[in-house]
Amino acid sequence: MRAHVPAYQLISPASLGEALDVLARGDGEWQPFAGGTDLMVLLEAGKLPHKNYVNIWNLSELRGIEVTDSQVTLGALTTYTEIQCHETLRAEFPMLCQAASETGGLAIQNRGTIGGNIANASPAADSPPALLVYDAELELVSAKGSRTIPYYAFHTGYKQMDIRPEELLRAIRLPLASKGLTHYYRKVGTRKAQAISKVCFAGVARIDADQIVDVRVALGSVAPIPIRCVQTENALRGQTINTATIDVAKSALRAEIAPIDDLRSTRDYRRRVSLNLLEDFVRELS
Amino acid sequence: MDTQDITTKISVQCTVNGESRTLHAYPMERLLDVLREQLRLTGTKEGCGEGECGACSVMINGRIVNSCLVPVAQVAAASIQTIEGIATDDQLHAVQRAFIECGGAQCGICTPGMVLAAVNLLEREPNPSDREIRDGLAGNLCRCTGYMKIFESVVRACQK
Repeated sequence: MRAHVPAYQLISPASLGEALDVLARGDGEWQPFAGGTDLMVLLEAGKLPHKNYVNIWNLSELRGIEVTDSQVTLGALTTYTEIQCHETLRAEFPMLCQAASETGGLAIQNRGTIGGNIANASPAADSPPALLVYDAELELVSAKGSRTIPYYAFHTGYKQMDIRPEELLRAIRLPLASKGLTHYYRKVGTRKAQAISKVCFAGVARIDADQIVDVRVALGSVAPIPIRCVQTENALRGQTINTATIDVAKSALRAEIAPIDDLRSTRDYRRRVSLNLLEDFVRELS
Repeated sequence: MDTQDITTKISVQCTVNGESRTLHAYPMERLLDVLREQLRLTGTKEGCGEGECGACSVMINGRIVNSCLVPVAQVAAASIQTIEGIATDDQLHAVQRAFIECGGAQCGICTPGMVLAAVNLLEREPNPSDREIRDGLAGNLCRCTGYMKIFESVVRACQK
């Protein structure tokens, strides 16, 4: 434990309104603190440079999962455990549930939140590829009001996000549009739990006979941000499932991803695994 | 790095192993450290200090968590159970008896976390498959046993 804890503030406002008022003070002087599964790791390594935190863990306005006819809305504090236990999420958004089950281990899943996962903005995060493929939207709130943006526009660069210092991620909305979709999610890592991915792949497709009517593909750990692979989708959409289609799609994916060498894997391995996963995904559709 | 004190200690009311306690600590202090140093509940161990090994596992409001990742400010009004709260009076829990019978502990440092994870698993799933046992204990690392006697202990606990 390398941090000097009296050098850190963690205040606990009683309501979302109070929390937003604190966040509105100063230009990013205060930052939100949710389940702590990312921030406490940095603290213990002596690498948490920011000092003033607002404890949002107990704010009920940020919890809860609502289901309507057209969408499911998850409060930003929804934990990975809560995601896995929810009947509608399991039925309609199975890749999100699978991602949640493969994040850390049970003790992490009981405290880690979907909002924290998004706002921590690791390109290797497990849930974002599923959220991208499910066309998630984010609701951001501040003391002055709220706005909604599509999740694919949220990450603008490595650890850069479309969120202002006074804003808080309040909810994640998933449109209910998964009838007849095939879902395919693979997290490739060194072991089945407590591993950060080398490559993470999420794909959905709607098939008619042997034709790909619609398709969405997203990957993690192969770019500075989790990415929707629009060129790859364009190469697959409307095509017949065969080797020629797979080859064209693989060329598109190869150009769209930007894997690097790092402590977990290499550029070449990540590229090969990404292409293999794409092929496996398409072959599973037929 | 700037280490100037900018906060003072707070009082946190919670329940620990069924007893009402008041913790006095800096808000960002780890629950792990407060349990061990203030309450002298040293059964909870530090293995990695980064939420990977599970040696620091405790239950908060019925859910297993890594206490090295919980700032004490967040346990206000919470019900915490540590390894010291698993046995009742002078009766070991079936999981603890099974660990003794099957030799599920060598150095013992992972054992409190393993026992808590196993107790938690059996509460959720009284008759787990081998796969479910491995998944249920996937957040707990052991450097001594090679895991097999730990899994046997969990199986033995189910048979009791």
